[in-house]
Amino acid sequence: MPLVLTDEQEMMRDSARGFLAEHAPIAHFRKIRDSRDPLCFSRDLWKTMAEMGFAGVLVPEAFGGVGLGYVEAGIILEEAGRTLTPSPMLSTALVAVTVLARFASEAQKTALLPGIAKGERIVALAVDEGAKHKPEGIALSAKRAGNGFRLDGRKGFVLDGAAADTLIVAARTAGAPGEISGITLFLVDAKAKGVTAEQTIMVDNRNAARFTFEGVEVDGGAVIGEVDGGWAALEAGLNAGRAGAAAELVGAGGEVFERTVAYVRERKQFGKLIGEFQGLQHRLAHLYTEMEIARATSLKALQMLDEKPDAAGPYVALAKAKTGEIARLASQEGVQMHGGMGMTDDLDFGIFMKKIRVTQEIFGDANFHTDRIARLRGY
Amino acid sequence: MADLETFRAEAGAWLNANCPPEMRVPFDGEDAITWGGRNWVFRSEAEKVWLERMAAKGWTVPEWPREYGGASLSRDEAKVLREEMGKRKCRSPVESFGIWMLGPALLKYGSHEQKLEHLPKIARGEIRWCQGYSEPGAGSDLASLQTKAEDKGDHYLVNGQKIWTSYADKADWIFCLVRTNKDAPKHEGISFLLFDMASAGVTTAPITLISGASPFCQTFFSDVKVPKGNLVGQLDKGWDIAKYLLTHERDMIGGGSGGMFASRPLGQIAAQYAGQDGGVLEDGMLRAKIAQLELDAWAFSLAVDRGRDLAKAGQGLGAYSSVLKYYGAEVNKRALELVMDSMGSDALEWEGKRSKEGKTARDWLRTKANSIEGGTNEVQLNIIAKRILALPGA
Ligand SMILES: Cc1cc2nc3c(=O)[nH]c(=O)nc-3n(C[C@H](O)[C@H](O)[C@H](O)COP(=O)(O)OP(=O)(O)OC[C@H]3O[C@@H](n4cnc5c(N)ncnc54)[C@H](O)[C@@H]3O)c2cc1C
Repeated sequence: MPLVLTDEQEMMRDSARGFLAEHAPIAHFRKIRDSRDPLCFSRDLWKTMAEMGFAGVLVPEAFGGVGLGYVEAGIILEEAGRTLTPSPMLSTALVAVTVLARFASEAQKTALLPGIAKGERIVALAVDEGAKHKPEGIALSAKRAGNGFRLDGRKGFVLDGAAADTLIVAARTAGAPGEISGITLFLVDAKAKGVTAEQTIMVDNRNAARFTFEGVEVDGGAVIGEVDGGWAALEAGLNAGRAGAAAELVGAGGEVFERTVAYVRERKQFGKLIGEFQGLQHRLAHLYTEMEIARATSLKALQMLDEKPDAAGPYVALAKAKTGEIARLASQEGVQMHGGMGMTDDLDFGIFMKKIRVTQEIFGDANFHTDRIARLRGY
Repeated sequence: MADLETFRAEAGAWLNANCPPEMRVPFDGEDAITWGGRNWVFRSEAEKVWLERMAAKGWTVPEWPREYGGASLSRDEAKVLREEMGKRKCRSPVESFGIWMLGPALLKYGSHEQKLEHLPKIARGEIRWCQGYSEPGAGSDLASLQTKAEDKGDHYLVNGQKIWTSYADKADWIFCLVRTNKDAPKHEGISFLLFDMASAGVTTAPITLISGASPFCQTFFSDVKVPKGNLVGQLDKGWDIAKYLLTHERDMIGGGSGGMFASRPLGQIAAQYAGQDGGVLEDGMLRAKIAQLELDAWAFSLAVDRGRDLAKAGQGLGAYSSVLKYYGAEVNKRALELVMDSMGSDALEWEGKRSKEGKTARDWLRTKANSIEGGTNEVQLNIIAKRILALPGA
């Protein structure tokens, strides 16, 4: 597959860009943030995004979606990264849909996917338990009880957790933390008895939550796939989320970069445009180069998820590591090259910096993914 | 697609039958390359046979038209051929400045006669070319070059000096930038000339590099007579050709046809010399740096692919070669720094058999030129700032 968008994909990008510019520019984000709306996104907007086919982009047509691929999902997220559009796209439309569409039973799919595609149901993945991503370290326990299971433990950094109707909880049914076997995925109603949510609004005003599970009872029908064999489904969901986050980082980083280039072309000091200073020119040219390299990794990861999902893991790791690192560089250079203006909340650069900081942490930062590649290569 | 798979099968079968086993070991550095030329001494019968067979197929320059010694392959077919050669570890049968740089420029700017005369000889590895661009006073500011060619009726008379001319002492012909109009603005009085290095008045003096090798020379021209037919393109209009050729040079340096000099994965080298414990390198700091470099190198190779795909889709940027040249040079330099870090004092031995006469250290020193040759990294950043980012005053 050539590393360029097809004509249809280009068209999709244009329409996503047009839609977000009209319905969800950064002013939309500011309005939600400044009104301290606890949802942190707009349900109305999400419904409209669903009508555009965004929420159901990966949902098979048989379940009410549009049945497109990860490249298309990535295009939407990249554009949303440019406009900082808050929505449950990553948590629900990528991560949850990937887990459900590929690993859930027909009954589970029928119960959940159509609502997701309509923008009505929000489904969040509960995986992390500590401050750093470490999926094989899952300790939250699920013990057999009656004809079902009993869940006890904690989760944190659950994206859109405070808005979720349903949680996909990664729990340990066998083995010890550190082992990838013995993990099982459960569907849990966010309002079930014993589930307590504490909303943790993040630095980028993202909806997230910590959860406590105390004697939460679920029946056997709540298990996604095989008991003890949930790792593959978890990885697939995480990889979808990582690749989606990478695309979002490319969008956010690209936007900061373009705005910064525009600024150095108009701001004057010492009687010159600051863009005339070679000290800045070279840093921008370097950043451009890094952005191009990062962009190639992100597109490749998305294409791999579409074409060879089982071999996509290392490509996704590469993309998440590179885009995280480079979007951070872009956000830092963006603030620095705007001087005092860059530090103000009036300009958007700080908002991009916060968004990028959180997105690069999601499902493993650059260190995590770089370490993964080193292990895969045997050192 | 089906055609491509048929081609793949045929190419694979042909390579199996025709590539001698001795030619199926990876290059270990520039020394092993077959450069060709009038004075080339083949190091083995296999090397000679391999070149002859590939040249007869047109596969030394697969994308060039058949009439000029190529095989008229499409970009996709050429990629398949590279992949099939890669799978079998087939060595490139011949590499040269003619293939990398002059060929593409002649294909675009040369006359039919010039193409017929020069391209097939390049394809067959018969004539080796060198590049006469840089002068003592004209490096990054190449357009300030002073070597001049005067119109003497039936020939040009060339006088002046070039420097850093790689392999000038081994090359048969030179493609040379000369000033033909000293009154015009500096970019508008330059012409692109071809001439035989055996012409009267051409002399070369090798320069020793920090690696100890002497691949490049000072080149002097004193009243060298060059036939008029050896002018490529129009008089005084050589700068466009010169720049076009440079993008191919950059693609070659950045695009990894020279590739990584590290002959084995860095993680393996570090494991052998610096130690490994439970599948993880003992030196955690070194491990992190190697992993980061490997990610960057991998990401870079994807960007190279993407650059090709963009060009093919008609979305290419002329200055993309600067992006790849800049990044590729940095990656390669970092790779060899890390080889040195990994191998410690073993890599510092300069003489003797154990170190193959200091091969690692020499390779390391060689990479330092990556960010200088073909236009320095600072110059690449200037080009990106100007041509892609359109920054003021760049
Ligand atoms: C191994 C090797 C092989 C080569 N082979 C050939 C060959 O075959 N044929 C040929 O013609 N040439 C060849 N060259 C020459 C090469 O192209 C030049 O060395 C190069 O273009 C730089 O020119 P210079 O050496 O004069 O350095 P200078 O131009 O003097 O540069 C010195 C320093 O100043 C910096 N600098 C210069 N201008 C600017 C600016 N505007 N902004 C910021 N920084 C600037 C440079 O980046 C560099 O760091 C070769 C060089 C090497 C190292």
